Amino acid sequence: MIEYALAFAASCYGIALLLDLWRIAVGPDAADRILALDTMVINIIALLVLYGIWRGTAIYFEPAMLIAMVGFVSTVAYCRFLLRGDIIE
Amino acid sequence: MNFFAELLISAALVVSGVFGFVGSFGLIKLKHPLQRLHAPTKATTLGVGGVLIASMIFFFAKTGHVSVHELLITLFLFLTAPITANFIAKAYMSRNLRKGDLPDPPGEYGWSVYDDPPESRSDRP
Repeated sequence: MIEYALAFAASCYGIALLLDLWRIAVGPDAADRILALDTMVINIIALLVLYGIWRGTAIYFEPAMLIAMVGFVSTVAYCRFLLRGDIIE
Repeated sequence: MNFFAELLISAALVVSGVFGFVGSFGLIKLKHPLQRLHAPTKATTLGVGGVLIASMIFFFAKTGHVSVHELLITLFLFLTAPITANFIAKAYMSRNLRKGDLPDPPGEYGWSVYDDPPESRSDRP
């Protein structure tokens, strides 16, 4: 039963990644693209944890944590660049 | 692994998959950029939260130990999601809205996107 639920959740997040990619390609504003990239990071964290459940190992939590941190820092840096024209003043 | 644990894990996985899809579908469907800020919060809280709850139950049923890695990831995401949303809204405001489009704030100073910060007072401790 877990295998079917895993396949369902993974395909949902895969389609969600494609929809985010559509929003990144279409835009129309830079804020939309940042938001879509942030959503992509969230979906990839969920996919990594799903892969860890599927393989039955706990080794994928550290990558998920690192991707969460890098995604947050990159989103803030991109917004800061749009706001001020500079990241570190 | 008993049947009840499998049922709980599968229910959490299905709920999280549906909410993750709904978050990105709202990103496509909603019309205004500031409306689109609303949709991916579902993917953050319920989507990733459901996956992490399923993972906690799975590893508890498998090994017998409670793992707290998932709680760390959830805590980090819940802490950073409002900051990210605030930054994206400010970036949109600074690029697309002028000062006259917004109502005046009730406080002493104007909007932080448009006005300079107040002078720092040296007599403050």
